[in-house]
Amino acid sequence: MTAIFELGIADIRSGIVDGDFTAKEVAETFIARVSAARPLNAFLVETPEHALAAAEATDKAKAAGETLGKMAGVPIGMKDLFCTQGVATTAASLILEGFVPQYESTVSANLFQAGAGMLGKLNMDQFAMGSSNETSAFGNVISPWRRNDGGNSDLTPGGSSGGSATVVSGRIAPAATGTDTGGSIRQPAAFTGITGFKPTYGRCSRWGTIAFASSLDQAGPMAHDVRDCAIMLGAMAGFDAKDSTSLNLPVPDWEAALSSNLAGKKIGIPKEYRVENMPAEIDALWQKGIEMLKDAGATIVDVSLPHTKYALPAYYIIAPAEASSNLSRYDGVRYGLRDLPDGAGLQDMYAATREAGFGPEVKRRIMIGTYVLSAGYYDAYYTQAQKVRTLISQDFDKAWNSCDLLLTPTAPSAAFGLGEKMDDPLAMYLNDVFTVPSSLAGLPAISVPGGLDGKGLPLGLQIIGKALDEQSVFNAGLAIEERAGFFAKPEQWW
Amino acid sequence: MSIDKETVKKIASLSRIAITEAEADAFVPELNQILGWVEQLGEVDCSKVEPMAAVIPNKLRLREDVVTDGEIRDKILANAPMAEHGFFAVPKVIE
Amino acid sequence: MVKMTESTYRIQGGTGEWEVVIGLEVHAQITSESKLFSGASTEFGAEPNTQVSLVDAAMPGMLPTLNGECVRQAVRTGLAINAQINKYSRFDRKNYFYADLPQGYQISQLYHPIVGEGVIQISLDEKDPDAHGKAIGVERIHIEQDAGKLMHDQHPTMSYVDLNRCGVALMEIVSKPDMTSPKEAAAYVRKLRSILRYVGSCDGNMEQGSMRADVNVSVRKPGGELGTRTETKNVNSMRFIQAVIEYEAQRQVDLIEDGGTVVQETRLFDPDKNETRSMRSKEDAHDYRYFPDPDLLPLELEDDFIFDCKASLPELPDEKRARYKNVLGLSPYNAAVLTAEHETALWFEQLLETTDKPEEIASSAANWVTSELFGALNRMGVGIENSSVSPAQGAELLSLVADGTISGKIAKQVFEIMLETGEGAKKIVEEQGLVQESDTGAIEKVIAEVMAANEDKVSQYRGGKDKLFGFFVGQTMKAMQGKANPQVVNELLKKLLG
Repeated sequence: MTAIFELGIADIRSGIVDGDFTAKEVAETFIARVSAARPLNAFLVETPEHALAAAEATDKAKAAGETLGKMAGVPIGMKDLFCTQGVATTAASLILEGFVPQYESTVSANLFQAGAGMLGKLNMDQFAMGSSNETSAFGNVISPWRRNDGGNSDLTPGGSSGGSATVVSGRIAPAATGTDTGGSIRQPAAFTGITGFKPTYGRCSRWGTIAFASSLDQAGPMAHDVRDCAIMLGAMAGFDAKDSTSLNLPVPDWEAALSSNLAGKKIGIPKEYRVENMPAEIDALWQKGIEMLKDAGATIVDVSLPHTKYALPAYYIIAPAEASSNLSRYDGVRYGLRDLPDGAGLQDMYAATREAGFGPEVKRRIMIGTYVLSAGYYDAYYTQAQKVRTLISQDFDKAWNSCDLLLTPTAPSAAFGLGEKMDDPLAMYLNDVFTVPSSLAGLPAISVPGGLDGKGLPLGLQIIGKALDEQSVFNAGLAIEERAGFFAKPEQWW
Repeated sequence: MSIDKETVKKIASLSRIAITEAEADAFVPELNQILGWVEQLGEVDCSKVEPMAAVIPNKLRLREDVVTDGEIRDKILANAPMAEHGFFAVPKVIE
Repeated sequence: MVKMTESTYRIQGGTGEWEVVIGLEVHAQITSESKLFSGASTEFGAEPNTQVSLVDAAMPGMLPTLNGECVRQAVRTGLAINAQINKYSRFDRKNYFYADLPQGYQISQLYHPIVGEGVIQISLDEKDPDAHGKAIGVERIHIEQDAGKLMHDQHPTMSYVDLNRCGVALMEIVSKPDMTSPKEAAAYVRKLRSILRYVGSCDGNMEQGSMRADVNVSVRKPGGELGTRTETKNVNSMRFIQAVIEYEAQRQVDLIEDGGTVVQETRLFDPDKNETRSMRSKEDAHDYRYFPDPDLLPLELEDDFIFDCKASLPELPDEKRARYKNVLGLSPYNAAVLTAEHETALWFEQLLETTDKPEEIASSAANWVTSELFGALNRMGVGIENSSVSPAQGAELLSLVADGTISGKIAKQVFEIMLETGEGAKKIVEEQGLVQESDTGAIEKVIAEVMAANEDKVSQYRGGKDKLFGFFVGQTMKAMQGKANPQVVNELLKKLLG
């Protein structure tokens, strides 16, 4: 029998229902895995008592013959961007040191309502700004994966949901929440060989999720496979009247309607995603993906998304602009760090607090954002970027005239070593080249593991779908999953 | 559009971040690199296009005018670095 | 038709006369139960930080949700000043750092306000409002969040922050720079306040801070280019608004004539010293980096909604004043006084409603309300909405005069007793036996007695001393304890004295 810690959401759930094990046993198993995985620095706070309490509730409900929730008996990791009541929440930043929310985010509340328990708060890039989990104030997260060259270089799990990707791929938690603003679920999922899903903008409530870029942020699941993601997203999503951008639509039962039969579906291959200096392995994987989808019954068409290359620059104007304003509230007055030098007045307190509390990447983005919104530059930068964003969205709309879904690689490379790209912010930004366009357009997208590169590291394939059509995205992801034969797991080096 | 150290300091001041001289020096090339890169957006002809107003078509909902919140002072002050007599306390401001 | 009048207000400078150009931005707190973007209460005077939600305190992850009532009140206000209602409007963030602004930005409307251009008619002559008036343009009305309150005098080294007011809905009503004197500015604010209270969108309570003005002042030589303006913020009384304009205009004239230049800046009014002074603010404080709030969507209004708003408006001051004048036949002065405040007009209309023939007593009722009733209310320091005499009671009193039961003079007496006792006029007149005597026979008898007792004066009067008429009136009234109908006394005396 498979060890409990190898199991994903669906198997844990059915195992409990079938009486193979109790929820308590599951919780205890993963609690032990969490303690043993400290070298990876994936958790900022461990909350075994929360996981146990949820497990006990599930076991009790089962004994009483009650219907169990979608996530009953499943302990998860919670990205530290979600405000969790009574549990320290930092967004991996010193500026929120000591902050203990007096409220629960809608997404975490939904998951707990569905029966999930929390193993702890996961390390991440600071304020979700980063693609390698190297901007956390509390140290890097180290990927469970190692290259097969015998060297012991620590690798990045990707970012910003680095802690989430690490715990799922390292079988330290069966699933974890992530957030995706420009690729922060999909890219780490690709780097660590797991499945990650970013829903249509507005599917998941942003209430209680610490804001980075309001028009882009979306919560999503990171788990073993497509089915697990469908289950978890079903528990996370839903209309929230407290979020004005929340979609007032019923949540489909994505799990129930999963089907890898793609007969009648047209898959578009956007030519602009074939970027300069694209690694041959990634191109080869993309081809493999095309074959797999054909095999599942889909037809393949070439499409063009002409404004693709402008997506990253547009994103790096819009996201920092929104962030520069969203992060103004971190000022030392009402919560978090306060740095009050002797004789400092109010404005000096702000400046000192934010200097001490924000990391370099956060400062960089706030400054870019402030600059592009400032008088004289607003039209040239911000307005122009929002117009380009409209064009990018229109590109997708036009593409949907000839296809239902798009297939692309998730990331332009496999996981790189920690420290390798820290000197060049721009090089780091290019990690998101394939994921950012669909973020700008608010479209649902998934990353599924497609294969390994020459160094034994996972590579991911991305499916992008029409707004509100998460189902087709899940289905195409399932079709790849069934054919990719990806069973690789990181060898436990910790 | 190139920015110099003075501009970097001005932006930092607007953002209320007390950057050091060393940081200012480091930010100049970094920010210039990023700004130089995003400038390519200027190539795009946007004359026939509106800036994006809503990511996914949606209507701004109006909330009913009922008191549903407040009276939670303990929660509001719970994380305050400094609170007294029910107020947040900050260094004295002279208007 | 209001005649447009050129203002003659000038500042006398060393180099000649200067004109003053004034614009007002009035911040009016919208009357609503809950705040603009949060469900916390807007009630005034609560314990600090008890009317604060997590959203108001800008906790991490908090999001705004728009109060529909605030939108409705803003639209109703715009309709009341004949302004364009913008079916598409948007919320923008105004970014700056201050302790009363937890988010580090205020949600406002810069690029697409909910209300466009409108106009407010002001009159500058109380006695004849239509003879001397002016149209003041309104540039726009937009909705925005109010900030919290800072207290600086509670602690030696710290300021205290109370966020109760933070997030309350404000309408910012921006005038065009059409005013040219302190008097015009005061008339504008008075009229605007009246309209807001008629509409019910703001209580206009300047002392409590639910209405305050930013006063923009610049000076120029007549016919010259517009000067640089200064903005004096948060002026919360009519008197202070006028004081600010007088002080600022003079200060600017003095400054320019001394060779200086007016700096565009924000100033504060010090009521103790009766002067304005510059606010200590950083140079870059003015780059607000406005951009559309990504936590909100554009606001789109349906025609039905706007139609319903319009239908919900009461008769507004200008219409009511015209009707009082043209239909009820009131004097321009009375019409203006009675319609200045909505409560007064409603009280007056209720009075008319309780009579059978409102048009007949409208004029006397108007006179009585504006002199007798107002006089009493002022003496007692009470507003008309707290009058101890009800409209129905006023109507009863007036009907007793109209039908001759009592004279106007007696009515004054009766009114005093009404105020003291709360009793109705009829009851008082009956109990006190104040019914006036109109029977000509009875009066003639008394007149005859008076004439007999004062034969010498009768001869003097007949001899040409007309002034003695008053003596006979007085004696007759005295003999009848003041209860004789004065008109009848006059007629009969004229007849009998010759």
